[in-house]
Amino acid sequence: MSARAIKGALLTLGFWLMVIVLVVYAVFPFYYAVITSFKPSSELFEVGYWIDHLDFSNYTAVLTQGSFLASIRNSIIVAVSVVAIALLLGLTASYALGRVRFRGRTRVMMLVLGVSMFPQVAVLSGLFEVIRTLNLYNSPGGLILSYTIFTLPFTVWVLTTFMRQLPDELEEAAIMDGASPWITLTKVFMPLMWPAMATTGLLAFIAAWNEFLFALTFTLTDSERTVPVAIALISGGSQYELPWGPIMAASVIVTVPLVILVLIFQRRIVSGLTAGAVKG
Amino acid sequence: MASVQLDHVSKRFGSTHVINGVSLSIEDGEFVVFVGPSGCGKSTLLRLIAGLESITDGDLMIGDQRVNNLTPQERGVGMVFQSYALYPHMSVYDNMAFGLKLEKAGKETVAERINETARILQLEPLLERKPKALSGGQRQRVAMGRAMAREPGILLFDEPLSNLDASLRVQMRNEIARLHGRLGSTMIYVTHDQVEAMTLADKIVVLRAGHIEQVGSPRTLYERPASKFVAGFIGSPAMNFMAATLVDATDTGCRVNVPGLGDIDLPFQARDVARGASLSLGIRPEHLQPGDPEGDNRFDVVNVEYLGNECCIYLDNATDTFLTSRVEAATPITRGDTVSLHLDPQHVHLFDSDERALARTGADRQ
Repeated sequence: MSARAIKGALLTLGFWLMVIVLVVYAVFPFYYAVITSFKPSSELFEVGYWIDHLDFSNYTAVLTQGSFLASIRNSIIVAVSVVAIALLLGLTASYALGRVRFRGRTRVMMLVLGVSMFPQVAVLSGLFEVIRTLNLYNSPGGLILSYTIFTLPFTVWVLTTFMRQLPDELEEAAIMDGASPWITLTKVFMPLMWPAMATTGLLAFIAAWNEFLFALTFTLTDSERTVPVAIALISGGSQYELPWGPIMAASVIVTVPLVILVLIFQRRIVSGLTAGAVKG
Repeated sequence: MASVQLDHVSKRFGSTHVINGVSLSIEDGEFVVFVGPSGCGKSTLLRLIAGLESITDGDLMIGDQRVNNLTPQERGVGMVFQSYALYPHMSVYDNMAFGLKLEKAGKETVAERINETARILQLEPLLERKPKALSGGQRQRVAMGRAMAREPGILLFDEPLSNLDASLRVQMRNEIARLHGRLGSTMIYVTHDQVEAMTLADKIVVLRAGHIEQVGSPRTLYERPASKFVAGFIGSPAMNFMAATLVDATDTGCRVNVPGLGDIDLPFQARDVARGASLSLGIRPEHLQPGDPEGDNRFDVVNVEYLGNECCIYLDNATDTFLTSRVEAATPITRGDTVSLHLDPQHVHLFDSDERALARTGADRQ
């Protein structure tokens, strides 16, 4: 074997070793959570990397809690509403910002970007007052409002960039066909913007699904909580016990929908994320 | 009625005057071509008629109606874009039916119209395809079909053939000509390709810097250009221009002196021009014939282009006059030869210092 062939083989080996390290780093915590969730509490602290038999007691424990089911329902309502509102507003805003020439358009774009730079904590108390005033405290509405505020800038920016790349003549052709701006947006542009909408929609969904600080602050009762807060507040029989089994089971339950969503939209996300990158 | 009248139409973008008081009348069923160098405003003028740009000043009439403030759909115009601009996510059928559906036409009416349009454009086998599965020529036809489907009285074309390769361009040119004969609708066509303009047009409008330089039939523009600009713009290879000095002018004609060619008698009315004034003499390459060198009349052959059916000869003389001559393909002239040049006075054009054509005398006058 020549030196060159050995060098090539070593490089390939090194490449795959790096891949394995990366995959283990990324996936192992989740994998361990899954394993833990299938163990009965008696085996919890025996270190093991494989499952011998499936034990669903943790899942039954979590799912028989009425408040956890309510949390899942709240999370779904909040996340879906945030995605729907953000996409609707983002799409219409991107039409205005990307297609209509008006004075101060760049300034509006900068303002939108500026809004997204505030850390959550900075606006927390102010937002709390707003939500109290609007009578949305301890209801999904308050969370929908606050999440939308933080999701919209990103949505608007990505969709506007994408919208600007669609050729002008396409819109003019629609105008010649007698289409109103709304028809142009929904019948001509929207079908072409699915990759961008899938990307932004999914990221908005994940953000809303995972959010913790606002969810903790703006809700009071178990029945109005979302999943991240609910999991954090799962408690054992005494203050000295952390019920790892149910916590892991709950984590797996709320992670699986995200994984499925990402897998479904995987290709679109990739094309959507790179679509804006090449031609700027 | 789908006649079009432009009355002192102007367009300004901010302080830039793109169209300056253009007045033009287009008859029903006429095929009009706008030509001009890039940036002359020909596309803008088309977009003003289409309704994609607003008119700053002046009136635009379609039929008997002032349409300045109507939408493109209300004006009854259809447009074919340079990039086709087909809706990528819709089938050929849906592309063509989009406008009709928006008009809330009944399902049978839509199907009937689309099938009829598809038949005219030979698109029937392609109706279910998406644009990306079509060739350039097919996309072009779909774009025309979409513009035609609503049966507008006026069809607008914005450089529709410039994205096609040469052979397809000739084919589509013929199809557009046939289509015009068949539909009989008014067509307005923008191009920078003068072959398209000459072959398609009933009437050519030459634009320059936002105003009309000349309007006329292809023959008029070629044989009787009103200005040096039109003379140089229409025709390929371009018309030759030589500096000339007016020697004498009478009722029946005038005599000019051209360096290298000597004194020439021409049938032009030049009595209003001062003797000794400098003029510009124009002659098309096919009317400039080479012969054996004689006296001062000596031109060096710089290059010979063999085109199969003819040859183009590029010439230069001691006073740096660059000329082009078009001769038959079998010419014995080769690069490096010295020839004399002879021009036919009947085919000469004479332009004054303002670049306007001088009037012809006698029976030749228009």
